[in-house]
Amino acid sequence: LRRVVALITVLLIGALLMWAEGDIPPFGDADTPANTYVGREYVEVSEEEHHVSNVVTAVLASYRGLDTLGECTVIFTAGIAVMLLMRREGRL
Amino acid sequence: VTTDVVTRTVSRAAVPFVQLFGLYVIAHGGSSAGGGFQGGVILATSLILLIIAFDLQYLKRLATERTLIVVSAASILTYAGIGLVSLLFGANYLDYGAVPLPLPVPEVRGLMIEVIEAAIGFNVTAVMTWIVADMLTKDEENT
Repeated sequence: LRRVVALITVLLIGALLMWAEGDIPPFGDADTPANTYVGREYVEVSEEEHHVSNVVTAVLASYRGLDTLGECTVIFTAGIAVMLLMRREGRL
Repeated sequence: VTTDVVTRTVSRAAVPFVQLFGLYVIAHGGSSAGGGFQGGVILATSLILLIIAFDLQYLKRLATERTLIVVSAASILTYAGIGLVSLLFGANYLDYGAVPLPLPVPEVRGLMIEVIEAAIGFNVTAVMTWIVADMLTKDEENT
Protein backbone atom coordinates (compact mmCIF):
# COMPACT_ATOMS: atom_id res chain seq x y z
CA LEU A 1 0.00 0.00 0.00
CA ARG A 2 2.85 2.37 0.83
CA ARG A 3 4.18 1.98 -2.69
CA VAL A 4 0.81 2.78 -4.22
CA VAL A 5 0.48 5.88 -2.03
CA ALA A 6 4.00 6.94 -2.96
CA LEU A 7 3.31 6.43 -6.66
CA ILE A 8 0.10 8.46 -6.49
CA THR A 9 1.88 11.25 -4.61
CA VAL A 10 4.67 11.37 -7.18
CA LEU A 11 2.22 11.40 -10.07
CA LEU A 12 0.20 14.14 -8.41
CA ILE A 13 3.25 16.34 -7.83
CA GLY A 14 4.41 15.64 -11.37
CA ALA A 15 1.06 16.68 -12.78
CA LEU A 16 1.13 19.85 -10.67
CA LEU A 17 4.60 20.71 -11.97
CA MET A 18 3.57 20.04 -15.57
CA TRP A 19 0.54 22.26 -15.05
CA ALA A 20 2.63 25.08 -13.57
CA GLU A 21 5.25 24.75 -16.29
CA GLY A 22 2.98 26.52 -18.75
CA ASP A 23 3.40 29.78 -16.81
CA ILE A 24 7.22 29.87 -17.03
CA PRO A 25 8.24 32.72 -19.33
CA PRO A 26 10.32 31.80 -22.39
CA PHE A 27 14.08 31.56 -21.78
CA GLY A 28 15.85 34.89 -22.29
CA ASP A 29 12.61 36.88 -22.46
CA ALA A 30 13.42 40.53 -21.69
CA ASP A 31 9.95 41.39 -20.39
CA THR A 32 9.75 39.06 -17.38
CA PRO A 33 9.60 40.58 -13.88
CA ALA A 34 13.08 39.22 -13.15
CA ASN A 35 14.56 41.05 -16.11
CA THR A 36 12.76 44.36 -16.01
CA TYR A 37 13.15 46.14 -12.67
CA VAL A 38 16.21 45.82 -10.49
CA GLY A 39 17.90 43.17 -12.61
CA ARG A 40 18.12 45.43 -15.64
CA GLU A 41 19.35 48.24 -13.41
CA TYR A 42 22.23 46.08 -12.17
CA VAL A 43 23.26 45.07 -15.68
CA GLU A 44 23.24 48.67 -16.84
CA VAL A 45 25.04 50.46 -14.00
CA SER A 46 27.28 47.90 -12.29
CA GLU A 47 30.15 48.32 -14.76
CA GLU A 48 30.64 52.05 -14.10
CA GLU A 49 29.76 51.81 -10.42
CA HIS A 50 32.16 49.02 -9.52
CA HIS A 51 34.80 48.74 -12.22
CA VAL A 52 34.38 44.95 -12.39
CA SER A 53 33.03 43.42 -15.56
CA ASN A 54 31.33 40.46 -13.87
CA VAL A 55 27.85 41.60 -12.91
CA VAL A 56 27.29 38.48 -10.79
CA THR A 57 30.27 39.35 -8.61
CA ALA A 58 29.14 42.97 -8.30
CA VAL A 59 25.69 41.87 -7.16
CA LEU A 60 27.13 39.25 -4.81
CA ALA A 61 29.74 41.39 -3.10
CA SER A 62 28.29 44.87 -3.32
CA TYR A 63 24.55 45.20 -3.87
CA ARG A 64 23.89 42.08 -1.80
CA GLY A 65 26.96 42.38 0.39
CA LEU A 66 25.16 41.87 3.69
CA ASP A 67 23.57 38.69 2.36
CA THR A 68 26.97 37.33 1.37
CA LEU A 69 28.38 38.19 4.81
CA GLY A 70 25.52 36.15 6.23
CA GLU A 71 26.39 33.26 3.91
CA CYS A 72 29.97 33.29 5.15
CA THR A 73 28.71 33.20 8.71
CA VAL A 74 26.49 30.25 7.82
CA ILE A 75 29.51 28.33 6.48
CA PHE A 76 31.49 29.17 9.62
CA THR A 77 28.58 28.04 11.80
CA ALA A 78 28.37 24.78 9.84
CA GLY A 79 32.05 24.19 10.57
CA ILE A 80 31.51 24.81 14.29
CA ALA A 81 28.49 22.47 14.30
CA VAL A 82 30.47 19.67 12.66
CA MET A 83 33.27 20.23 15.15
CA LEU A 84 30.87 19.99 18.09
CA LEU A 85 29.28 16.82 16.72
CA MET A 86 32.31 14.93 15.48
CA ARG A 87 35.18 15.87 17.75
CA ARG A 88 36.28 13.30 20.30
CA GLU A 89 39.71 14.63 21.11
CA GLY A 90 38.80 17.29 23.65
CA ARG A 91 40.71 20.54 23.44
CA LEU A 92 42.09 21.85 20.18
CA VAL B 1 50.77 6.52 5.28
CA THR B 2 48.68 3.70 3.88
CA THR B 3 48.11 4.49 0.22
CA ASP B 4 49.96 3.38 -2.89
CA VAL B 5 53.13 5.13 -4.01
CA VAL B 6 51.51 5.99 -7.37
CA THR B 7 48.58 7.72 -5.63
CA ARG B 8 50.92 9.64 -3.40
CA THR B 9 53.23 10.79 -6.20
CA VAL B 10 50.45 11.84 -8.56
CA SER B 11 48.59 13.71 -5.83
CA ARG B 12 51.76 15.45 -4.74
CA ALA B 13 52.36 16.55 -8.33
CA ALA B 14 48.75 17.62 -8.90
CA VAL B 15 48.25 19.65 -5.73
CA PRO B 16 50.23 22.79 -6.79
CA PHE B 17 48.29 23.03 -10.05
CA VAL B 18 44.96 22.61 -8.29
CA GLN B 19 45.92 25.30 -5.79
CA LEU B 20 47.09 27.65 -8.54
CA PHE B 21 43.81 27.16 -10.37
CA GLY B 22 41.86 27.80 -7.16
CA LEU B 23 43.72 31.05 -6.52
CA TYR B 24 43.14 32.03 -10.15
CA VAL B 25 39.40 31.45 -9.83
CA ILE B 26 39.30 33.52 -6.62
CA ALA B 27 41.37 36.36 -8.08
CA HIS B 28 39.50 36.38 -11.39
CA GLY B 29 36.04 36.62 -9.85
CA GLY B 30 35.73 40.29 -10.76
CA SER B 31 36.19 39.89 -14.48
CA SER B 32 34.98 36.42 -15.44
CA ALA B 33 33.12 33.44 -14.08
CA GLY B 34 34.40 32.51 -10.65
CA GLY B 35 34.65 34.04 -7.22
CA GLY B 36 35.29 33.28 -3.62
CA PHE B 37 32.96 30.35 -3.09
CA GLN B 38 34.01 28.41 -6.19
CA GLY B 39 37.72 29.13 -5.85
CA GLY B 40 37.63 28.38 -2.15
CA VAL B 41 36.16 24.96 -2.80
CA ILE B 42 38.85 24.24 -5.43
CA LEU B 43 41.55 25.24 -2.93
CA ALA B 44 39.96 23.03 -0.31
CA THR B 45 39.90 20.15 -2.80
CA SER B 46 43.68 20.25 -3.03
CA LEU B 47 44.03 20.00 0.75
CA ILE B 48 41.43 17.21 0.93
CA LEU B 49 43.34 15.37 -1.82
CA LEU B 50 46.39 15.53 0.46
CA ILE B 51 44.35 14.06 3.32
CA ILE B 52 43.10 11.21 1.11
CA ALA B 53 46.44 10.44 -0.52
CA PHE B 54 48.52 10.71 2.65
CA ASP B 55 46.72 10.95 5.98
CA LEU B 56 45.42 13.50 8.41
CA GLN B 57 48.76 13.87 10.14
CA TYR B 58 50.30 15.05 6.87
CA LEU B 59 47.80 17.90 6.68
CA LYS B 60 48.23 18.70 10.35
CA ARG B 61 51.91 19.37 9.72
CA LEU B 62 50.88 22.04 7.20
CA ALA B 63 47.91 23.46 9.08
CA THR B 64 46.45 22.38 12.39
CA GLU B 65 42.76 22.63 13.05
CA ARG B 66 43.38 25.65 15.21
CA THR B 67 45.00 27.40 12.22
CA LEU B 68 42.01 26.59 10.00
CA ILE B 69 39.54 27.96 12.54
CA VAL B 70 41.60 31.10 13.02
CA VAL B 71 41.83 31.60 9.24
CA SER B 72 38.09 31.28 8.71
CA ALA B 73 37.22 33.52 11.64
CA ALA B 74 39.76 36.08 10.49
CA SER B 75 38.31 36.19 6.99
CA ILE B 76 34.79 36.77 8.29
CA LEU B 77 36.18 39.50 10.53
CA THR B 78 37.92 41.05 7.51
CA TYR B 79 34.63 41.13 5.66
CA ALA B 80 32.70 42.56 8.61
CA GLY B 81 35.60 44.94 9.28
CA ILE B 82 35.28 46.41 5.79
CA GLY B 83 31.66 47.11 6.63
CA LEU B 84 32.64 48.81 9.90
CA VAL B 85 35.35 50.87 8.18
CA SER B 86 32.79 52.22 5.74
CA LEU B 87 30.60 53.13 8.73
CA LEU B 88 33.58 55.11 10.09
CA PHE B 89 33.73 57.20 6.91
CA GLY B 90 30.08 58.11 7.16
CA ALA B 91 28.52 55.69 4.69
CA ASN B 92 26.12 52.81 5.24
CA TYR B 93 27.30 49.45 6.51
CA LEU B 94 29.28 47.68 3.72
CA ASP B 95 29.01 50.72 1.44
CA TYR B 96 32.77 50.54 0.99
CA GLY B 97 32.94 53.02 -1.90
CA ALA B 98 33.27 55.72 0.78
CA VAL B 99 36.70 54.56 1.97
CA PRO B 100 39.06 57.42 0.99
CA LEU B 101 41.76 55.72 -1.05
CA PRO B 102 43.61 57.71 -3.75
CA LEU B 103 41.47 56.16 -6.48
CA PRO B 104 38.14 56.98 -8.11
CA VAL B 105 35.15 55.54 -6.28
CA PRO B 106 34.34 52.72 -8.77
CA GLU B 107 37.91 51.42 -8.52
CA VAL B 108 37.80 51.50 -4.72
CA ARG B 109 34.65 49.42 -4.93
CA GLY B 110 36.32 47.01 -7.37
CA LEU B 111 39.33 46.66 -5.07
CA MET B 112 37.13 46.02 -2.05
CA ILE B 113 35.17 43.42 -4.03
CA GLU B 114 38.43 41.57 -4.67
CA VAL B 115 39.34 41.74 -0.96
CA ILE B 116 35.91 40.39 -0.06
CA GLU B 117 36.20 37.61 -2.63
CA ALA B 118 39.56 36.60 -1.18
CA ALA B 119 38.07 36.61 2.34
CA ILE B 120 35.18 34.41 1.18
CA GLY B 121 37.62 32.10 -0.57
CA PHE B 122 39.85 31.54 2.44
CA ASN B 123 36.83 31.14 4.69
CA VAL B 124 35.38 28.42 2.44
CA THR B 125 38.74 26.69 2.10
CA ALA B 126 39.35 26.61 5.82
CA VAL B 127 35.86 25.43 6.75
CA MET B 128 35.70 22.68 4.09
CA THR B 129 39.08 21.29 5.09
CA TRP B 130 38.18 21.61 8.75
CA ILE B 131 34.93 19.64 8.29
CA VAL B 132 36.73 16.79 6.48
CA ALA B 133 39.50 16.78 9.07
CA ASP B 134 36.98 16.60 11.91
CA MET B 135 35.09 13.74 10.29
CA LEU B 136 38.32 11.78 9.91
CA THR B 137 39.50 12.44 13.44
CA LYS B 138 36.90 10.11 14.85
CA ASP B 139 37.71 7.38 12.32
CA GLU B 140 41.39 7.39 13.09
CA GLU B 141 40.76 6.89 16.78
CA ASN B 142 38.63 3.82 16.25
CA THR B 143 41.17 2.04 14.06
